[in-house]
Amino acid sequence: MTGFGDYGGRYVPETLIPALDELERGWCDALADDSFRAELHDLLTTYAGRPTPLTLAERFAPGRRIYLKREDLLHTGAHKLNNALGQAVLARRLGKRRIVAETGAGQHGVATATVCARFGLECVVYMGEEDMRRQRPNVERMGLLGAEVRPVGFGTKTLKEATSEAIRDWITNVETTHYLIGSCVGPAPYPEIVAELQSVIGREAREQILAVEERLPEAVVACVGGGSNAIGIFHGFLEDEGVRLVGVEAAGAASLGSGRPAVLHGARSSVLADEDGQIEDAHSISAGLDYPGVGPEHAFLRDTGRAEYLTATDEEALAAFQALARSEGLLPALEPAHALARTRDLDAELILVGLSGRGDKDLAEVLERL
Amino acid sequence: MKTLVIYLMAEPETPELARAAVEGGADIVELGFPFSDPLAEGPVIRRASERALARGMRTGACLDVLARTRELIPETPIVPMTYAAILEAYGYARFAADARDRGATSFILVDLPVEEQPALRRIQLVAPTSTDQRIRAACEATDGWLYLVSVTGTTGARTELSPAVPPLVQRVRAVSDMPMYVGFGISTPELARAAGELADGVVVGSRAVEVAENGPDALRSFVASLRAALDT
Repeated sequence: MTGFGDYGGRYVPETLIPALDELERGWCDALADDSFRAELHDLLTTYAGRPTPLTLAERFAPGRRIYLKREDLLHTGAHKLNNALGQAVLARRLGKRRIVAETGAGQHGVATATVCARFGLECVVYMGEEDMRRQRPNVERMGLLGAEVRPVGFGTKTLKEATSEAIRDWITNVETTHYLIGSCVGPAPYPEIVAELQSVIGREAREQILAVEERLPEAVVACVGGGSNAIGIFHGFLEDEGVRLVGVEAAGAASLGSGRPAVLHGARSSVLADEDGQIEDAHSISAGLDYPGVGPEHAFLRDTGRAEYLTATDEEALAAFQALARSEGLLPALEPAHALARTRDLDAELILVGLSGRGDKDLAEVLERL
Repeated sequence: MKTLVIYLMAEPETPELARAAVEGGADIVELGFPFSDPLAEGPVIRRASERALARGMRTGACLDVLARTRELIPETPIVPMTYAAILEAYGYARFAADARDRGATSFILVDLPVEEQPALRRIQLVAPTSTDQRIRAACEATDGWLYLVSVTGTTGARTELSPAVPPLVQRVRAVSDMPMYVGFGISTPELARAAGELADGVVVGSRAVEVAENGPDALRSFVASLRAALDT
């Protein structure tokens, strides 16, 4: 089984297996095709706003050198667009005219709605009703971009159920539809595709920090829900053995910190599950981290010791959110606020932090909690 | 004689329901072991899974229901149908041994592709999207019969027989004499008859689960109506 050590695989109904085979072939063809890379590079620079800068957060962390990789400055306000653009180009190569996606915080839904508008593709986004409540601005943005947002009203009413419903839609419409998954989760080859499309973050950041500091960071820190921004930034430094890779999960959704091997959404990974394999509920103030699973490559990096995974509580994330706002004039999304929270007490002087998105979508939730 | 397969969710009342189904004319009983995130299921079986889990139907309790069902219907094949997650947690070989010990005839794992866990003999599924190569692999690996997924979609009642069924039946027949039973969407005597004319039998799931909520008598007469349609 394709995978990362014992993790990964394709635990999906037979109906989808031929589509995954087709996707894998299409992906390999695309990677070998210079015109695919050129088109994606052009879109990332002229449409999305790459490269994103590094910002030295001097007032946030006096006496230390903490650089923020500014994915919050990317079009649509988060790193999700890197993946959505790449998969949209791939979907067109596969001849799919309809896109289905899941979203938690709404950032992936907005990125998907954006690329569908840009390429004239039909777009359906599944979103849990609880997430629609707490990320209202993103629901409205998706509507304005021409996407249909379908509420998911059962179970936890969050990202887990939205993902299940998106996969069910894909099973039903697989002939015409590409499933544009938003994180490095799901059946193979999705985790690999999303990691490759997000690895532009890490490649850029490595060059940028070498240019300004003439050395590599001691640590690279990123938040982990499904784990796409973390895997993207980690990929730039996997071979640099002296660089610590630190993922930060929400304390109530620590799939790596307190999960066990289990199967969710088509892959075997580290999952919040009970001893019978039933999936447990996650809890986080951040809709983007409120997910009981995680990408299989993270489980592999944890087991091999190449990366370490810590947690931050809702309160710590809120405190870091406020600290960054007041010290740097940056409103981070609640997801990277978890990474910022652990950065504050990390024992290192030169740190790269993935600022994966901006906090506009979270204002209502934050104002209610402060 | 066409084969009639009835799916029931494993719950405390299921042994009596399974007996009623057999009295109504079911030849095989599929016993659903609920999973929290069942990707192949439409709303009816998804809700039944949620309800069963809320009532504590974890793997051990499901195996107990299997054993009690076996006592009530000693002659009828019983086939647990579930998801890989359950066996990942329980252990594939241990599950196979314990389920057979309690009377299971075989297994269906909805989300475990044919090339995975080859040591676990089980009933394989083929779908309208399956390639000929995958159909051949499923026929070679399957345990006794083949489950034909009638639609590109999830489980749940449909109003007519999917046009994908005849070509799929033909493609399977071209490579194998294995008995094949059509499931997903078969909800009425009319649909059962139409599918039975093409294949060796039918599987009725979502509609049986709904009818079973009204008790054994309702299920017995529903199954009898399916039986009558298949036999005429």
